[in-house]
Amino acid sequence: MSDAAANPGLTHAGARGAAVHHQFEDLEQQHDASSFGMWIFLATEMLFFGGLFTAYIIYRGLYYPGFAAGSHGLDAPFGAAMTFILLISSFTMAMSVHAAREGKRGMLVALLLLTIVLGAAFLGIKFTEYGQKWREHMVPGLNFHPAAEDLRGAPATSVELFLCFYFFMTGLHALHMIIGIGLLSVMAILAWRGKIKPENYDRIEVSGLYWHFVDIIWIFLFPLLYLIGGRYK
Amino acid sequence: MSAPGSPSVRTYVLVFVALLILAAATTAIAYVDLGPFNTVVALAIASIKASLVGLFFMHLLYTRGLTRIVVLAGFFWLALMVSFTLADVFTRHWVGLPSP
Repeated sequence: MSDAAANPGLTHAGARGAAVHHQFEDLEQQHDASSFGMWIFLATEMLFFGGLFTAYIIYRGLYYPGFAAGSHGLDAPFGAAMTFILLISSFTMAMSVHAAREGKRGMLVALLLLTIVLGAAFLGIKFTEYGQKWREHMVPGLNFHPAAEDLRGAPATSVELFLCFYFFMTGLHALHMIIGIGLLSVMAILAWRGKIKPENYDRIEVSGLYWHFVDIIWIFLFPLLYLIGGRYK
Repeated sequence: MSAPGSPSVRTYVLVFVALLILAAATTAIAYVDLGPFNTVVALAIASIKASLVGLFFMHLLYTRGLTRIVVLAGFFWLALMVSFTLADVFTRHWVGLPSP
């Protein structure tokens, strides 16, 4: 693959091409190191979100009626729409990595922009939903005076607790989406300027790992927040 | 070292279609009365979707062992956190301790 692999005697950067940083043997090792580092970060992110999921499991067990009532107050079709948008964006992201690996610059820029647009659409729906909650006076701490029918017979404090989890979990997720959109914007600019080549596409790969991780978090948030107790009846 | 190759466009498209079908299934099943199994089925489908994204889109199927160990370590610590915390909270009433 690289000069160093074919010719072990050559160890100077110049002999291995400028794409390989001096601490690495070859491109493959450099690429593995990038992915490895990102995965270590994602493992910490797993535990970061994991704390919220743990607390969610406990309080859902203790205050189930409030959680079910609060969940029924959310719009399941909205949640489903956001799920589909994120899945499509994950696909365009995976195809971006593929285009970067193949060195197709135009396609890479187009796919990255499409991923960014889909991410922005997700956030648009999310913030529309937050606005709806504000108008229903169902924002814990800031504006919580829900009408009796919005409580669906559950104690107001339990519904408020559910909404705390709703806002913290989706809020932290939305923050990650915003960071992801920022990251992909930088990548789109780099790709547009022709800075992404097949030998250094690992930065697209690593951005993709982050984007897919945020998608996976949403895959769990959707049923846990929007579909508690089913939607039949 | 690293596993050879990377997913083809065909693989990406197939995984994408599977994800869309599973997402539609999650939503549709919520409208069917399965009693307590609504949550179980929803989480099972979510786990399958997450695995598909991880294995194919995040290339875990095509990566080397070291990266997979990081992922397993993440799951291990997550499982420790969840199980030990639940073991505390949901057994407190056995010995009459105050619950949150």
